Amino acid sequence: MVFTVALLASTPLWLSQVGLYQYLALEIMIWMMFALGHNLLLGYGGLPSFGHGAYFGVGAYAFGLLQQRADAGLGLGLIGAVLIAALFGMLVGAFISHKRGIYYALLTIAFGQVFWFAAVKLHDITGGEDGLLNIKRPDLSLGFADISMKSNEAFFYFALVLFALVLVALWRLIHSPFGRVLRAIKQNEMRAAFVGHNVWLYKWLAFTLSASVAGLAGALFAMAQQSAYPNVMSLHNSGFVVMMVLIGGGLVSFWGPVIGALFFILARDLLGAYTETWLLWYGLVFMAMVLFQPDGVAGAWQKARARWARRSSSPPAPAAPMNPVAKEA
Amino acid sequence: MALFEATQLHKRFGDNVVLESISLSFEEGQLAGIMGPNGAGKTTCFNVLTGRYKPDRGTVKFAGEDITGLSPRQIACKGVSRSFQIMNLFDDDTALDNILIALPSVRAQGFSMVRDLGRNTAAHDEAAAILARVGLAGKERVVAESLSYGERRALEIGVALAARPRLLFLDEPTAGLGSEGTARLAELIAELKRQLTIVIIEHDMHFLFSLADRISVIHWGQVIAQGKPDALRENPWVQRSNLGPLS
Repeated sequence: MVFTVALLASTPLWLSQVGLYQYLALEIMIWMMFALGHNLLLGYGGLPSFGHGAYFGVGAYAFGLLQQRADAGLGLGLIGAVLIAALFGMLVGAFISHKRGIYYALLTIAFGQVFWFAAVKLHDITGGEDGLLNIKRPDLSLGFADISMKSNEAFFYFALVLFALVLVALWRLIHSPFGRVLRAIKQNEMRAAFVGHNVWLYKWLAFTLSASVAGLAGALFAMAQQSAYPNVMSLHNSGFVVMMVLIGGGLVSFWGPVIGALFFILARDLLGAYTETWLLWYGLVFMAMVLFQPDGVAGAWQKARARWARRSSSPPAPAAPMNPVAKEA
Repeated sequence: MALFEATQLHKRFGDNVVLESISLSFEEGQLAGIMGPNGAGKTTCFNVLTGRYKPDRGTVKFAGEDITGLSPRQIACKGVSRSFQIMNLFDDDTALDNILIALPSVRAQGFSMVRDLGRNTAAHDEAAAILARVGLAGKERVVAESLSYGERRALEIGVALAARPRLLFLDEPTAGLGSEGTARLAELIAELKRQLTIVIIEHDMHFLFSLADRISVIHWGQVIAQGKPDALRENPWVQRSNLGPLS
């Protein structure tokens, strides 16, 4: 965790030397946050949300609207964006939390499309296809001094602090009783109910929390892009975050989404520099991963480390005996 | 008054009447057995009693309170726990975590989002004690999926016990166990018998007749005989219903 934050914090020192630019690190970090929030559902809850771009978008629009209509500053804008995304998460979560598997996934897609459609059609509020333009990056006011967010570096550091907070919060969350019960529900919803857990409420809360994190990421994205537009709500964006989580290995590791987001945005920029059709190549990589390495980068790393550990300790550790009968049962 | 009382339960799936007017009552502190041929409605009966299915007619009372039609969660929270015939564990979690998740103390703080469950030593000790009780000491860190069949059966009971029930339903706990495993299980149940009310569905007649205080025989969705094991041996219905050797 310290390593991730330190690595990100040091990017302004070396990023331009390797031919990249600070804005890229900012965008990667925002996607990391979004993907981490999404993985709370997909990886820990086993709840496939394929319409999560909606809450990212709600966050982005909410930040823009609060600023342009209500003259909200930085803090109020961000908090408002998170709360509004959470509110929509609560609402949608109430409709889907009794479902699971494919029905859950389909409902999240349907709701995602509703949000996208609303963003395109509600001209008076969202600006239609053009979206909201000229969203400012308000100054951070600390009481004794105001810090301008105009430069990408300054804004990057501000976003990094929020990212670190989200990272710690999510880490605590998944190790808390709540996170552990959520994982149990993922494995066996029926048994969880029979030992007395309120499965619906856990699923609903997980969805709400995940939507809030997406909303915060969305608000930062609106600041970064200085605009909010329907595309951030599209099925595309919802698909991207799923691809990030899966390629990174969110199903087996907390860090999966972080790796995945890095991988994805770098691929977009580096491959994108060579070819217009980078998404095709990326898609092929994704298919290969799903076929041959379904646990993603983090899963491959865990396997490699286990193999290395086995080789270095000469007598093989007594592995848990696999009983074929147990498998059948 | 009986601790648990089901009256005139009726359940049908489409045209198929599975339970017809089943009435059962279980006294506090006793071990009751339910037997009957395959397809007699025993597991469906359990499913109705523990809230998985709602009965079409009839009432279920626990400790004097009407619990008919409550959800499995609500019934579990009142102190009724069950194991499953087809094993139903948290397969990716360790044996210890399986128990931990089912503890009432963990359930009570389940919505805490900042506390670290890994540091809750009281809960860990409690879970380890339950594991030791079902004979799984030393297996705490083994993932449930990797346990042997017999160990998984024991864990299945451990998870049901972890909920600290007043009434424990066990659905064919000996299924698939060898004679040695069955003997060990009988020992465990004999020990539990003094501490809580237990209801067991079982095919193994020898096992059931040696443990139960009272046995109900279910056939064709009805209770066809009820009584003490010794009395049941003489029952013509039981003798005729081809349930296997009774001694």
